[in-house]
Amino acid sequence: MIGQAVQVLVDAVSVGGLYALTALGIGLIFGVMRLINFAHAQLIMIAGYAVLLFFAQSAVLAVLGAVAGAVLLALVVERMAFRPLRGADPATLLIASFAVSFLIEKMMIMLVGSRPKGVDFLPMLAGQVEIAGVRLQLLQLVTILVSVVLLVATTWFLKSTRLGLEMRAAAENFRMAEVLGIRANRVIASAFAISGLLAAAVACLFVAQTGLVQPRMGLQLVIIAFVGTVIGGLGSLPGAAFGGFLVGVATILLEALLPPELRVFREAFLFVGVAVVLIFRPQGLIPARGLAGRI
Amino acid sequence: MATLPAVSTNESAGRRWLPLVALIIVVLALAGAAEFAPIVMQRRITQGLINLVAVVGLYVFVGNSGVLSFGNVAFMAIGAYVSALLTMPAAAKGVFLPDLPAFLAAAEWPVLGGALAGGASAALVALVAGFPLMRLSGISASIATFAILVVTYVVLGNWTSVTGGQNSLMGLPIYVGLWTSAGWAVAAIVIAFLHQESRSGLLLRASREDEVAAVASGVHMVLHRLMAFVVSAFLSGISGVLLAHFLGTVRVETFYLDLTFLIMAMLVIGGMRSLTGAVAGAIVITALTELMRQAEVGVTIGTTTLAAPGGLGDVLLALLMLLIILFRPDGIAGGREISWPFRSSVAAPEIQSRKPQ
Repeated sequence: MIGQAVQVLVDAVSVGGLYALTALGIGLIFGVMRLINFAHAQLIMIAGYAVLLFFAQSAVLAVLGAVAGAVLLALVVERMAFRPLRGADPATLLIASFAVSFLIEKMMIMLVGSRPKGVDFLPMLAGQVEIAGVRLQLLQLVTILVSVVLLVATTWFLKSTRLGLEMRAAAENFRMAEVLGIRANRVIASAFAISGLLAAAVACLFVAQTGLVQPRMGLQLVIIAFVGTVIGGLGSLPGAAFGGFLVGVATILLEALLPPELRVFREAFLFVGVAVVLIFRPQGLIPARGLAGRI
Repeated sequence: MATLPAVSTNESAGRRWLPLVALIIVVLALAGAAEFAPIVMQRRITQGLINLVAVVGLYVFVGNSGVLSFGNVAFMAIGAYVSALLTMPAAAKGVFLPDLPAFLAAAEWPVLGGALAGGASAALVALVAGFPLMRLSGISASIATFAILVVTYVVLGNWTSVTGGQNSLMGLPIYVGLWTSAGWAVAAIVIAFLHQESRSGLLLRASREDEVAAVASGVHMVLHRLMAFVVSAFLSGISGVLLAHFLGTVRVETFYLDLTFLIMAMLVIGGMRSLTGAVAGAIVITALTELMRQAEVGVTIGTTTLAAPGGLGDVLLALLMLLIILFRPDGIAGGREISWPFRSSVAAPEIQSRKPQ
């Protein structure tokens, strides 16, 4: 019984970690340019296809390919679509990213077809380990480890490096940061690169878990992570990570605790729960500063 | 309220109805012309008019509030399913949905009643869901409307005893033809126009232009957003009803991201800041997707078939939408309403350009 509870908990934390990484990638971009990046799903997707391309050669190559692919796509998208729109209102940016996301997805469908492809990535992680009498899946432990490392690394980067400081300044008040000599192009491009990196990590873990790659992968992750950033508090990075983690954990706990006939409705329960949270805290759980409109 | 439109002053009172009349004439002319077209073409135009109802429905909320909604396709789904369940012959329901609650199993409503019930159910859901969502700041509200889409999709796709789950519902009365859809298109345009000219619509647009100033002037923004959301959901629900009874089947897969993208692309390309833009977008993009569909089928010359690669239409649509956002953000209509040619155009209430944040 306790063993089962621990298993569910580990499962929940590992899925929560994936969503936290996704939400953090989205939150970073929102922070520096008030853009909700739908195309984050396509960063995950392209990284997934990079894994498909290279996994037969070596796992390291696949991971590097995934990172390179996602970072490159993030930078291209920033340069081609979002840089010309810098300073446009958030609604316009949102539609633009929606269009970019569909453009990339449809191009991918045109190129490789929409059928899922099987990937046997990191098969050695499929095994189980026994810790203190509880059998746990190795992949889930690795997922938790990678999530923690990346969250800590991102936090360190934002708190302790010059670029990170600039990024936080830009997130707080972009115009003021620019006036004080922060180069907008560099800061925003780095934010996109980091979000590409996070997307690649999510893609590798996700592909290892599901064993499938398809043009639509990432979409479900990103939609749920979006909702996570909203309840965490849009514009606040700890809020994004925490909100993402929370919805991920909630998904698994609902899966485990709901009676079987209601299990298929778990997203519905999740989002109704989110709506209830938002009635009481419309600004999110960890509200961001400096987001309210000023004259 | 710096941005209250000039159209409400006396001198232009007569001209204020011009856009409405002009748009109705466009729709009727289109349907009239379709009378003489081949039957396949007629079906395309019918579908275009159904799209038009959906786009106008989306416009009522998005255009007036400036908040994007990804939830309107969910309202289409709700309208479609409610109308389907109320109007399907009881015998057909007995076959497909043996576990239906008794009152639904026996219901055989007239089609108009079913359509209105479909729209009303969508509006009711919008009222309940909108209550928490409309209190959020604009961008959070947009994302949260996604939740409506996902919840509806999950519930309809898994509530097998009532909706048939992933299976299609078949055997709906097929009553939507050219003139039914044209009639509803006109009705949608009238409702949208009356809403945007109403006090609530004007105040909502004031809050769109400058949220802080409007709220400081005593505009109850949340209330007006909610009202627009409910009207918008009603029209979207109706368009779902029309689609269902045009095809004769309902599938939950129809009402998800692809349709959301199509309807939103139509609104953005047409121009989401005016009713004229919504109508223009629906017509132009329907024509364009039809052309691309033809191109993907290809033309046969002798023994070779020249065809565009499958899926090219979708790619071009997404590209067009992106280009419009980059280079002509107010779409085809440019944020203005249609007006009589050779006269100075009716001043759109919102020609003030976007201001950078």
